[in-house]
Amino acid sequence: MSRVDRIWPLPGGIHPPEHKSESNGRPIARLPAPHHVVLPLHQNSGLPAEPMVAIGEQVQRGQLIAKGHHPVSALVHATISGRVTAIEDRPFAHPSGLSVPSIVIESLSDQEAALSPEAVSMAPMRDWATETKERLVSRIQEAGITGLGGAGFPSHIKYLGQRQIHTLIVNGVECEPYITADDRLMREHATDIVTGTQIALKILSASTAFIAIEDNKPEAISAIKAALVAVTDTRIKVKVVPTKYPSGGEKQLVYLLTGREVPSGDIPASLGIVMQNTGTLYAIKEAVVSGTPMTERVVTITGEGTPNPGNYWVTIGTPIQDALAATQVAVTGNRPRVIMGGPMMGYDVDITAPVSKVTNCLLVPSATEFPTAPDPDPCIRCGLCEQACPANLLPQKLFWNAVHHEWEQARLNSLSDCIECGACSWVCPSNIPLVQHYRFAKAEIKREAIETIKADQSRLRFEQRQARLERDAAEKDAKRKARAAEAAKAQAAKAQDTPSTLDASAKDAILASVARAKAKKAASTGPVTQEALENTVVLAQQAVDKTRVKLATAVSDGLPSVEALTGALQKLEKRLADAQSALQSHTETGDAP
Amino acid sequence: MSLMQRSSPHVMGRNTTSRIMLWVIVAALPGLLALSYFYGWGYLINTVICVVSAVLAEAAILMLRKRPVLKTLKDASAVLTGVLLGVTLPPFAPWWIMVIASGFAMVFVKHLYGGLGQNLFNPAMAAFALVLISFPLPMTTSWSTPEAISGEPLPSFSQQLSHNLEWQAYDGITMATPLDHYKTKIKRLTADELAQTPEYVAGPFYGILWVNLAFLLGGLLLLFLKIISWHGPVGLFTGLLVLALPFSADADSAMPVLMHLFAGATVFGAFFIVTDPASSATSNRGKFIFGFGVGILTYCIRTWGNFPDAIAFAVLLMNISAPFIDHYTRPRTYGKPKPVSGYKLPEESP
Repeated sequence: MSRVDRIWPLPGGIHPPEHKSESNGRPIARLPAPHHVVLPLHQNSGLPAEPMVAIGEQVQRGQLIAKGHHPVSALVHATISGRVTAIEDRPFAHPSGLSVPSIVIESLSDQEAALSPEAVSMAPMRDWATETKERLVSRIQEAGITGLGGAGFPSHIKYLGQRQIHTLIVNGVECEPYITADDRLMREHATDIVTGTQIALKILSASTAFIAIEDNKPEAISAIKAALVAVTDTRIKVKVVPTKYPSGGEKQLVYLLTGREVPSGDIPASLGIVMQNTGTLYAIKEAVVSGTPMTERVVTITGEGTPNPGNYWVTIGTPIQDALAATQVAVTGNRPRVIMGGPMMGYDVDITAPVSKVTNCLLVPSATEFPTAPDPDPCIRCGLCEQACPANLLPQKLFWNAVHHEWEQARLNSLSDCIECGACSWVCPSNIPLVQHYRFAKAEIKREAIETIKADQSRLRFEQRQARLERDAAEKDAKRKARAAEAAKAQAAKAQDTPSTLDASAKDAILASVARAKAKKAASTGPVTQEALENTVVLAQQAVDKTRVKLATAVSDGLPSVEALTGALQKLEKRLADAQSALQSHTETGDAP
Repeated sequence: MSLMQRSSPHVMGRNTTSRIMLWVIVAALPGLLALSYFYGWGYLINTVICVVSAVLAEAAILMLRKRPVLKTLKDASAVLTGVLLGVTLPPFAPWWIMVIASGFAMVFVKHLYGGLGQNLFNPAMAAFALVLISFPLPMTTSWSTPEAISGEPLPSFSQQLSHNLEWQAYDGITMATPLDHYKTKIKRLTADELAQTPEYVAGPFYGILWVNLAFLLGGLLLLFLKIISWHGPVGLFTGLLVLALPFSADADSAMPVLMHLFAGATVFGAFFIVTDPASSATSNRGKFIFGFGVGILTYCIRTWGNFPDAIAFAVLLMNISAPFIDHYTRPRTYGKPKPVSGYKLPEESP
């Protein structure tokens, strides 16, 4: 078998129940346009954008409404036509559950809507094959496209890399249970995805593209294959991978298809590979060929809590509760519980948060679907987690490291290479929440690293201040010495001129100046405080006590140091007595505040 | 919304600790039945005494440690230790040996180290070693003789029970284990002469071969269920063969290779002892090295040591080495050029 056709089996991995058939049977339906949308200025990755519209301003669907100054920040487009009603902090679909600044747009009344254009779009590039790479990349950026599969990283960045790319991997694996958004998109828009792939190949100047699909999606495989036959592009190849979780992880899929591993801490580009989700390529095709910015995406709405599980085109920014209500899910207060993403890596979200560009699935479980895990039993070191780990880690060792706060050992056991896929937790017979332990350990290690940096900075600051003070003192000292030498010279010269001795009045003047200087010095050191004197007494007392103990040991052991210690003790006792009397006189004279 | 944020994964597999333990117990049953068929009721009686005393001992120590008793007993690990002891201790040994062994295994070997999963040593093997050294007489003269060898029927259930409970001694015929027998006799006889001795008229493997095959069957079941991995057992067989093939080629001076494999506790040790997760090494490579070490040590002790069989001592010696093995057999993580091995000092920050 040639290298192009070969599949390198993934180590580890699991086969949880797939639950795909609930949602992949019907074509993608379009949810009605929402009454209002919430568009976070802070996308999942990258830096926040700055609003370009004011409250009350009317905007059209597709209009650019916020822009970041940093290259790693996606643009924000209005996803419905309407009026900006608020720019404020709103809940955001993120594991942190935090609120972020967002632009809220409310749709116009029917009369108003009739008067305004429906949407704005960019000029279509039907002849994209003749366009320059730069123009295609800026089109991707202008359309606000981010990765639709995972972290939501702005897509154009992947096309701006300096490294030579030879292979594009189109990720249609969709290994998470329940999710079928990519499956349906591939079935229904195979040609568009292939076009998107061709555009990406052109931008990257890559020679090969692999479209990877799990073998549990035969319809998607045949749809893509048929689309490929139609375009006869020999650079693009479908690679069917065995169904196994987490084959769709970026690093895992690179290995599955090429047999090469992305170096720890690096990205696939280091191997000359770029990976894109099928949905992202569809969005790229739409942006380039039709000039449409990204305003909607396919979302799988599924789970036992949904009466109409399936895939839907959902306007980005639609509050999750509105999207659910549109599919006849009963929404009351903050119920039902919604997981964004799949059961293995998804997270609970606030249902008032909006659907974002990375929302591939809204999973609404019934009360019994994902029961709370029973209390964990002790780890029996069975090693099933190790057999399941796709990153070849030692999950049980990492678990012990996390439990015992052994961060250094956790680092040696490559904690940072854990992709938190949850395969170890899935197989654990003792129901240990392993991934949660790893997250805790990662957070702690990060915190400690930050603290170390802070401590280092303070130390540096202190040391530099010390050095500065010393330097200043040395400079002053040098100046003073220079002045003294100068004065001595002058004195000597003067003495030579008038060799007579100083008379009485001059002597008096000198004595008076010395007395003044002494008084000044006393004043500059400030009055002696009660506290300082008490401290002196305590310190002296401690020194005496210590020396007494030492002396006693020395005497009993017959050491030669007895004599020296006796002398020292006497001196210390005298010092103590002095300190005590000083304190007493200080108290008696009523100097105390 | 509950205050506690649930985080992924939201689903769990169905595997449980007690399921694993129960399958290991089930896998040990063919071996136990084979032992009872050839060597009499003693093994079954021993197993019952061991299981009961192991469970009671664990309950007692759990109460002393103020840990949940029923929840812990439900994991069936105490029952498993009882079964493993039952099939290893001699069938004519008195009841109190079972009680001492089970109690020691539970209290000293397991719970004083922190309970399930925390024990440094394999409880069954440590307890076996304890009673073997402490009570050498009953431990070496209580092995049963199959009917085909002695010509006399095995004791009935009630005879065996009264003997083991020390109500009424049964005057049965006991003999040395095949390994012991071969080891002592081969010094004076050739292999052909040895085959003529009454013990071997029915063949050197009579009975014990079937017992080993029964344990092999159970072991294969565990492999099939993915409860154990192949690394430990294969390591043990490899280690044993590495020494046995060159040194045991001459049957007139040393025990033949096949006897090393199938006339002792080798198969049982390979699938039921070396694979004990808690006291073995962690990584796949580590498990292989652990098994390999047990194999090497077993051969050495059997051949040049004082004891006829050596799985228990070999396992205990390797138990001590398991943490050390772990530190030098970390697998190579995805994306890393080579595995991290051994203890490393933190890198000095620049």
